[in-house]
Amino acid sequence: MPEMLSVKNLKIEATSYPPGEPPKVVTLVEGVSFDVQKGKVLGLIGESGAGKSTIGLSALAYGRGGVRITGGQVLLDGKDILTLDRNGIRSIRGARVCYVAQSAAAAFNPAHRLGDQVIEASLRHGIMSRDEAKKRALYLFRVLGLPNPETFGERYPHQVSGGQLQRAMTAMALCPNPELIVFDEPTTALDVTTQIDVLAAIKHAIEETHTAALYITHDLAVVAQISDDIMVLRHGKTVEYGATQQIIEAPREDYTRALVSVRQTKRNEAADQTGTQLKIEHVSAGYANGFKVLHDVSMHLPKGQTLAIVGESGSGKSTLARVITGLLPPTEGRISFEGKELPRALKGRSNDELRRIQMIYQMADTAMNPRQTVREIVGRPLSFYFGMHGQKKTERIKELLDQIEMGSRFLDRYPAELSGGQKQRVAIARALAAKPELILCDEPTSALDPLVAEGILNLLLKLQEETAVSYVFITHDIAIVRAIADSVAVMHRGRLVRFGPKSKVLSPPFDDYTDLLLKSVPEMEIGWLERVLQTRRMESAGN
Amino acid sequence: MNLRSIPLSAWIGIAGIAIAIFCAVFAPVIAPFGERDVVGDIWLPAGGDFLLGTDNLGRDLLSRLVYGARTTIFVALAATVLSFSLGMLLSFTAAVVGGFTDQLFSRFNDLMMAIPTLIFALVVLAVLPQHLWILILVMAVLDSTRVFRIGRAVALDVAVMEFVEAARLRGEGSLWIIFREILPNTLSPLLAEFGLRFAFSILFLSTLSFLGLGIQPPSADWGGMVKDNKDGIIFGISAALIPGAAIATLAICVNLVVDWLMKRTSSLKGGRGDA
Amino acid sequence: MMESGPLTGPVPTDGTAGATHPRSAELSGVPAKPNPASDGQIGGTFWRRFTFRRPLAALILQRLGLSVGLLFAVSLMIFGGIEALPGDFATTYLGQSATPQAVENIRKDLGLDKPWTERYLSWLGGAVQGDFGTSWASKNSVGEQISKRLGNSLFLAFFAALVSVPLAVGLGMLAVQFRNRLPDKIINVVSLAAISLPEFFVGYLLIMFFAVKYGIATFPATVYDSMSFTERLSAIALPVATLVLVVLAHMMRMTRAAILNVMSSAYVETAELKGLSMFRIIARHAAPNAVAPVINVIALNLAYLVVGVVVVEVVFVYPGMGQYMVDAVTVRDMPVVQACGLIFAAFYIFLNMAADILAIIANPRLRHPR
Repeated sequence: MPEMLSVKNLKIEATSYPPGEPPKVVTLVEGVSFDVQKGKVLGLIGESGAGKSTIGLSALAYGRGGVRITGGQVLLDGKDILTLDRNGIRSIRGARVCYVAQSAAAAFNPAHRLGDQVIEASLRHGIMSRDEAKKRALYLFRVLGLPNPETFGERYPHQVSGGQLQRAMTAMALCPNPELIVFDEPTTALDVTTQIDVLAAIKHAIEETHTAALYITHDLAVVAQISDDIMVLRHGKTVEYGATQQIIEAPREDYTRALVSVRQTKRNEAADQTGTQLKIEHVSAGYANGFKVLHDVSMHLPKGQTLAIVGESGSGKSTLARVITGLLPPTEGRISFEGKELPRALKGRSNDELRRIQMIYQMADTAMNPRQTVREIVGRPLSFYFGMHGQKKTERIKELLDQIEMGSRFLDRYPAELSGGQKQRVAIARALAAKPELILCDEPTSALDPLVAEGILNLLLKLQEETAVSYVFITHDIAIVRAIADSVAVMHRGRLVRFGPKSKVLSPPFDDYTDLLLKSVPEMEIGWLERVLQTRRMESAGN
Repeated sequence: MNLRSIPLSAWIGIAGIAIAIFCAVFAPVIAPFGERDVVGDIWLPAGGDFLLGTDNLGRDLLSRLVYGARTTIFVALAATVLSFSLGMLLSFTAAVVGGFTDQLFSRFNDLMMAIPTLIFALVVLAVLPQHLWILILVMAVLDSTRVFRIGRAVALDVAVMEFVEAARLRGEGSLWIIFREILPNTLSPLLAEFGLRFAFSILFLSTLSFLGLGIQPPSADWGGMVKDNKDGIIFGISAALIPGAAIATLAICVNLVVDWLMKRTSSLKGGRGDA
Repeated sequence: MMESGPLTGPVPTDGTAGATHPRSAELSGVPAKPNPASDGQIGGTFWRRFTFRRPLAALILQRLGLSVGLLFAVSLMIFGGIEALPGDFATTYLGQSATPQAVENIRKDLGLDKPWTERYLSWLGGAVQGDFGTSWASKNSVGEQISKRLGNSLFLAFFAALVSVPLAVGLGMLAVQFRNRLPDKIINVVSLAAISLPEFFVGYLLIMFFAVKYGIATFPATVYDSMSFTERLSAIALPVATLVLVVLAHMMRMTRAAILNVMSSAYVETAELKGLSMFRIIARHAAPNAVAPVINVIALNLAYLVVGVVVVEVVFVYPGMGQYMVDAVTVRDMPVVQACGLIFAAFYIFLNMAADILAIIANPRLRHPR
């Protein structure tokens, strides 16, 4: 079979302008080669900064910002597109190769109707007449399962939901009947229950139209559902390249193995879950404009255990954390800690009450003052709560740094000089410095690459064993819940759907929402998507 | 900071400001004649004893220019420092305290800004007696509305960051939050803003003096010198243009430095426009 | 100044409009996500329903209301604020040596013996009908003087806008086209210098060269009733040039920033990746979104022009509002100062409102509600 796209020995560079230094050239991608055949999908996978988007855009001979393709060949149907002039490249973009961006909400022009934008490239390149293009758009809207396909094109981007926009973007890419489509993390910004629909729609549309595709993502489980081959990238270089089955079931490289086996941390839940260190009773909360976010939520957590609160965006899980900390006083209900009711608002709480509950944020970048060193960041709670200073304080900071497995050489570094994982570790040390009894963890690993996230989770578990601290762990990731929780609370649209010990919550019989949520989480298993869709079809046929 | 990383344009700006400040500080030493001494005929051309010629009353133009640097820079700087302190104090208070205080300050600020600065100044100066400190105060209060707007935006930007929330959760007081958490992170945009306000103050003071409402004669100041000598223009005497050029040069120098500071900190909110 | 009695008056007035504060209104007008559950709760008041169904009309009404409220507050401030400041007009008027009897008489004469609220109401009532009382200095009707001079000032500002707006937008686009290349850098440095030049310096420089040295322009820029249109135009050539130079740099820099912002957006990248021509990308994808910010820039700078007129009129001895006001300030002729202040502020507020409203209309999210 002829290769639709053949990339040979690609090299991509960019010029960066660090403030106060002469500009320097950085190599983003080096020595990458792959082939995609007609009707086949190649998955490009890697952590942030692995160069996967840059490679994807090179298929359109495009570089963002100061990015330049400086070496190698990009052969489209046997012809090197890098040697083409401006007009030659233009005639390929939007006609023979199309692009689906991560954020469709930003990629659609807010000033024009969706339909006009979907057919624009087909018309401009003279591929089809307006009527033909409209017919094809309608067909694609149907294939992609968009609501009211006849009138969908008349709407403006801000009038439809995020999942629908992502599908509309796919329709836009498919409309001119391209030979190749580049999907750049098309489902990353979506909730899991939405992701599965979009994923299924994309897979269906690719099969229907026999186009070739590059599918870029950081989620191996997602790419396993959709691609025929997978290339694993790291630091702009190829780690491993092979058939999907081989990569998932028999990875050859250590790095790939680590990616596949990530989330294998397992911890059995505590047998005795009767204690109530933290007790949340009938809590409702809302914002000043009268918009209610939490409705009558109750749950509890025994000392030294982990309560995972799981839900999608808008479920109210982060709001619950704000209520517990006192940042957002509840409108109804009460929260007690160690048998004593907590004052509703932050201002009413004593320093000791504040000390006992600490918090870790999702973005360690914004959670630490960029103008303070690690010593100041970790040291402040020590002097604030315990009045420590001088040698004693330094000793304690060093101890804490050892505890988070970093060591005292980091004492005088600024957050900007640390990696993402190190920053999150310092944030943990800051929380530990207060000798807390409960730590609220608001998605502390979801901004991190999978291997780094794994390290953080293991650290949290180790610390729990050492200090018997309790965790309220807020996450959207069921795999993490499986790995670390004792008890689980499932939230949906501000209400508690399900609460209890992990083994009970995560086993049938399920309520509708938990069922949907659990079934939507991609599993590292080929054919998982088909199976889920099959079950769905059977269920709907049965009804 | 690396000195070599400062671009040429910023160096020119820094040099210009340094020269102006040097003149201001050592005016009596540098100036060949006294500030108010009539030393020759009126509007003598440049050259000879009088390097830049004489003015409408026969005073040495160079000497007055040097003394004028003193008045202009002192008044503009005083007004800027005052407006900055006032604007910063109120805006940070508004951003940190929030709620009703924020609403009250912000709405009042909107009201003040609904009247163009120059018009506001004209109305107020029509009523108030002519004193130097009143002039400085009026300039400072009017200018502080701009500082307030920028300061509040910058502070709010930082105040919603999670490290500020973390400090609140720790139980820190407002003073710690303002001075230890927020202020260090807003220094560079605010420094740029300070330069911008200073440049604006120089221009504003000169404009007021030119209109006869700023610094009163016989004190030398650059805007007033333009006013004194403007009648010479129709006779082709360029005495009025020299202090005008001095104002422009100083303002350009300050703006060159500000431009460099702004490029270093792209996070600054708000435009440089002003009215 | 902030504690003074009359000044706190405007705050509650503005506070009622504060419920419809621009920013919060914009946010509530555009719900970030559709929330079917909350639809039922939006019964509420008539206004809330109206805001939800016709966000565009509601926002425009809010802006109009806000501007009227603001103007009212400003009038209170200009009138009441002056009252609250120290200094007795009668003494100022007569000089320090006046006898108490003379002061008393003059107070009565000027109506200063009545309570300030009464004087404010009659002043505001007159102002609405164009009657601003009589000048203390010349004993002429202020309204009559203003009606002549306002026309002259607007004539000047109109031609300055006519030249500067297309020029600024054109140069701004040029700078974007050659972003970070030589033309852009030149434009950047020159405009940076231009915004640092005081108006009077530019004015006298132009006079020196074009009127005195080469004699191709007239100075002073006097206009009178019997002048023909072309004569007027040649008379205002230099003041217009000065105003253009002063406002151009600002407007151009802001235009450049506004267009750059749109050009670096994701949807322009999408258009580029569709293989569209540069012309189509700019005309169809960038322009509709750049219109609002650019209009905003223009309106803001026209507001700036209103102020620039004051100094330029003094420089060129042009019989407009600005010169009238400055003269009145020097002799402390309060009725004139108040009238001019109010009119300048009204233009300023009106232009800012126009900028806001045009930006709202140009926003597709508000034009096509869910």
